[in-house]
Amino acid sequence: MQPLHIPDGFLSSTIALLFWLASAVMVGLAARRSERGLGERQIPLMGVMAAFIFAAQMLNFPVAGGTSGHFLGGALAAILLGPWAGILVMTAVIAVQALLFQDGGLLAMGANIFNMGVVTALVGYGLYRLGRNWPPAARLAWAGLAGWAATMSSALLTALQLWLSGTIALQVVVPAMLGVHAFIGLGEGAITVAALGFIERVRPDLQPRARGGLAWTWGGLLLALATVMLAPLASAHPDGLERVAQDFGFFTLAQDGPYQLLAGYRLPFLGDTPLSTVLASAIGALAVFGVAFWLGRSLRGES
Amino acid sequence: MTHANLFDRYHAADSPLHRLDARVKVVVGVGFILGNALLPDGAWRAFACAWGALLIANARAGLGVWFTLRRSFLALPFALAAVSALFLPAGRPLTEWTLGPWRLTPTDLGLVRFLSILLRSWLSVQAAILLTATTPFPDLIHALEHLRLPRVLTAVIAFLYRYLFVLTDEALRLLRARQARSASLPGRRSGGTLPWRVRTTGHLAGQLFLRSYERADRVYQAMLARGYRGYLRTLRPHRLRAADWRALALAALVLLWIQWIGWVY
Repeated sequence: MQPLHIPDGFLSSTIALLFWLASAVMVGLAARRSERGLGERQIPLMGVMAAFIFAAQMLNFPVAGGTSGHFLGGALAAILLGPWAGILVMTAVIAVQALLFQDGGLLAMGANIFNMGVVTALVGYGLYRLGRNWPPAARLAWAGLAGWAATMSSALLTALQLWLSGTIALQVVVPAMLGVHAFIGLGEGAITVAALGFIERVRPDLQPRARGGLAWTWGGLLLALATVMLAPLASAHPDGLERVAQDFGFFTLAQDGPYQLLAGYRLPFLGDTPLSTVLASAIGALAVFGVAFWLGRSLRGES
Repeated sequence: MTHANLFDRYHAADSPLHRLDARVKVVVGVGFILGNALLPDGAWRAFACAWGALLIANARAGLGVWFTLRRSFLALPFALAAVSALFLPAGRPLTEWTLGPWRLTPTDLGLVRFLSILLRSWLSVQAAILLTATTPFPDLIHALEHLRLPRVLTAVIAFLYRYLFVLTDEALRLLRARQARSASLPGRRSGGTLPWRVRTTGHLAGQLFLRSYERADRVYQAMLARGYRGYLRTLRPHRLRAADWRALALAALVLLWIQWIGWVY
């Protein structure tokens, strides 16, 4: 189960309708653009790609202690197909998940589309676009970081929506969501890197081309930075409630091992200060970049 | 699981609910869920009435009264995420639990809030289950198109639905191939390091992407050969009959009645 799919009943009607509106605007723009610019050939491609994302979410890899890493695919779709097509593809995926599998609610679908479609396209593609002309290993690594950051941004937005709806206390939901998704995002980023590396090697002609303007880069950068800046909230009140959320399965993915390294997004020796949190986030980001860079280089090495 | 043919949630039957126009069902279903979100916390009578309406709809669909109830439990695990609502500081403390170094005090307001969230979520899931069980998916997509969803989007959703099964089978084949090459002795750790596993999975994703991409190309060529013009056509008229309007009016009255119960009582 993916904790990012908000079911109905968890969002207040105001928040749900607000994000429906925002998603409708973005999806409408995406539909207009693809009708005008891409032509009929793009429709079967986007449809089959949406089915690809759906099927790719079945791919998992064992991590430790019975947990496994999953793949969400929003960033990869935006990088490979361009941001507008990526939004449409993810919207279709989320709609089918809600309609067919009751994975995520109908009223909450606007928020789900925004979190997993629009935000991942913005951060995933926006960041990737910044580094698209870099040397291959750095570019792949950067794509991995983009995948990780996209997951984190959408997790944070989900947390804020739940909090604004009065469903979950802020002190619980932000560290819980970011803590879990820091690791889900690691898998996401690594698979994005490996998949992109594989595709570049096997079908170099399919190299992702720029399909969005500079605004995507700025939007993506801003959103990613906002995520890092908002992370101090995660350490605002390390409360007993955090433990409750842990006991009730919110933390199932991150129960053991690595989570303790930067527990609650704080560096032990700096204590409970915003600086500590920001530094912890930066270290996390650097670690992801390092892993992704190494993966990218070893992938190139094989070709 | 060797094949992905168990995906379709549609239950073929001939009932008044099955015959109803898909647009009416979508609008009423979303209206029901929106109504749940609008109800105030602790409107137990209204929640009960909503569930009653749902049970009647179940019976009218010829699926058995408890059909959606039985299906709804898969959505419950997420509901536990709302458990922290129990400890809203605003209300009167009910009791105190000691949990290791922490002391937790559930409050009466918190309890009401938690139960209300749980009920809303649970009723909404049941409504969605009923909608998909009584409406064939292609009809659902056409309903969305009639409800002014962009045509590109409905076409993409239609393609997604059509190739979902094919590509899921493809993914299962890849996973089976991985499994077949991953022999292990009982009690001994097998396979490579974690990065190695991640890379293997990434290659699976890349492979799946390429196969999907090439399939999309073939699909497009085949559809061009059959006269594809950029959107999907249907022979169904999709016209609202008098019975559909009557059902819509009745459902609207019921939804308003539930709101009235929730806010007045």
